[in-house]
Amino acid sequence: MSAEFILQQLLNGVSLGSIYALIALGYTMVYGIIQLINFAHGDVMMVGAYTGWYCTTVLHMSFLPAMLVAMLACSVLGVVIERVAYKPLRKSTRLAALITAIGMSFFLEYGMMFLVSPQTRTFPPVFPQTIYHIGPLTVKYGDIVIITVTVCLMTLLTVVVKYTRIGKAMRAVSFDKEAAALMGINVNNVISATFAIGSALAAAAGVLIGVYYNTVQPLMGIMPGLKAFVAAVLGGIGIIPGAMLGGLALGLTEVFVSAIGFSTWRDAGAFLILIIVLIVKPTGLLGQNTREKV
Amino acid sequence: MLELENVHVYYGAIHALQGISFRVDEGEIVTLIGSNGAGKSTTLKTISGLLRPKEGRMTYLGKDLTAVGAPDIVKLKLSHVPEGRRVFANMTVRENLDLGAYQRRDAKGIKKDMAHVFELFPRLEERQAQVAGTLSGGEQQMLAIGRAIMSQPKLLLLDEPSMGLAPILTRQIFDIIRAISQEGTTILLVEQNARMALSVADRAYVLETGRIALSGDAGELMNSPEVSKAYLGGR
Repeated sequence: MSAEFILQQLLNGVSLGSIYALIALGYTMVYGIIQLINFAHGDVMMVGAYTGWYCTTVLHMSFLPAMLVAMLACSVLGVVIERVAYKPLRKSTRLAALITAIGMSFFLEYGMMFLVSPQTRTFPPVFPQTIYHIGPLTVKYGDIVIITVTVCLMTLLTVVVKYTRIGKAMRAVSFDKEAAALMGINVNNVISATFAIGSALAAAAGVLIGVYYNTVQPLMGIMPGLKAFVAAVLGGIGIIPGAMLGGLALGLTEVFVSAIGFSTWRDAGAFLILIIVLIVKPTGLLGQNTREKV
Repeated sequence: MLELENVHVYYGAIHALQGISFRVDEGEIVTLIGSNGAGKSTTLKTISGLLRPKEGRMTYLGKDLTAVGAPDIVKLKLSHVPEGRRVFANMTVRENLDLGAYQRRDAKGIKKDMAHVFELFPRLEERQAQVAGTLSGGEQQMLAIGRAIMSQPKLLLLDEPSMGLAPILTRQIFDIIRAISQEGTTILLVEQNARMALSVADRAYVLETGRIALSGDAGELMNSPEVSKAYLGGR
């Protein structure tokens, strides 16, 4: 295997992994704050992809505005999903909420089919089909956009969570809701904000996937959603940098498993890695057994 | 300042507070003592809005508290330091204090109060960049109290500040409670350590299974044979 080949696969893996990471962030943030695996998250991404498709195809918007509209629409969708489906179950068992999330996933998938028909739609070429040759590397314009968008959004998210008022409130609520309420934090609003941010990131990922693979269809959220969930667990669920790392790790694994000739095994490879990591380190790559003094 | 009238609280089917009435006047230190499960923490949680009373009235500075939820109660300058400190262990000392001032927008005032908290607890200033989970129990208690002070409370509810602390630290914490009281903050203190609580308090109420069993001047209760036998180890 030549160095160029490896470098090329690295680039492809980072590109794919960025998308997983964007989706994984939503899983991990929601889990961090209400301990719910939001199985409808991949489908929110699908709705984002469709919104992007609609904006570019019907409204003839360019990529960036279309992505922003999709992010906005999905953040509203995320908040509505939480208020309607999850909030009434907040005090019930986690299993009840989990099953509701699966139901919500089906609702979005088949609701979308009902609305726009199950046929696959083609995304218009919103990027120039330029291919750059940097040394031995072949870099598609799309790769650059995906990596740039992901890096920007992750940086923004990190800054928001670390330094802003709402970010601190999110961390406080995820640690201890009652104590957060005693600080004067409106826990429901913070949970809504978390859903809004996570869903906006998923929408961005959805538009990127749509553009990258040129297609959208109502069930497109299932596999990336599942893999992003794997990525979130791999990195340590509830930990934001973990989702980023897990996404990249998963993307790279898939690409390398394909590259060495086992492309039909790449999903199995990804899950195998997950299983191994969880056996060795059950809390995920960045997970810690937090010790608290009482 | 704070008045509870015939307050009933339930946990599901359990009748935790069975008609509690008491009052706290401005500038006082009032303590609620009683054994485990008597309803002391429940009382504080009900005042701070974490629990809702099923019956009865609560008023604070002339306002009806009965239907006000926890986040809004902080705005009324009433702050609750919960049992077990409940600091945000994943965040730094500084961030914990910032969260105490979550409802406030006056950057200058916040800065001034932060300096004041560091004056009361110099240890917190030394450790402000440290993650709260790595603090010792005593330091966490200081942080929990400091965090509450950041919201500028007129009334401070303290739930078991001495829990799990060595005697010397307990004394330190109680000195601080006295200091905060002398600055004009009214204090409602819940304690297992009845002797310590009665020694700082002006007045006291004794809670027994969801009812006020006794009340009176803290010094008198300290000397009353009933209290002495039940809560002070009979000495």
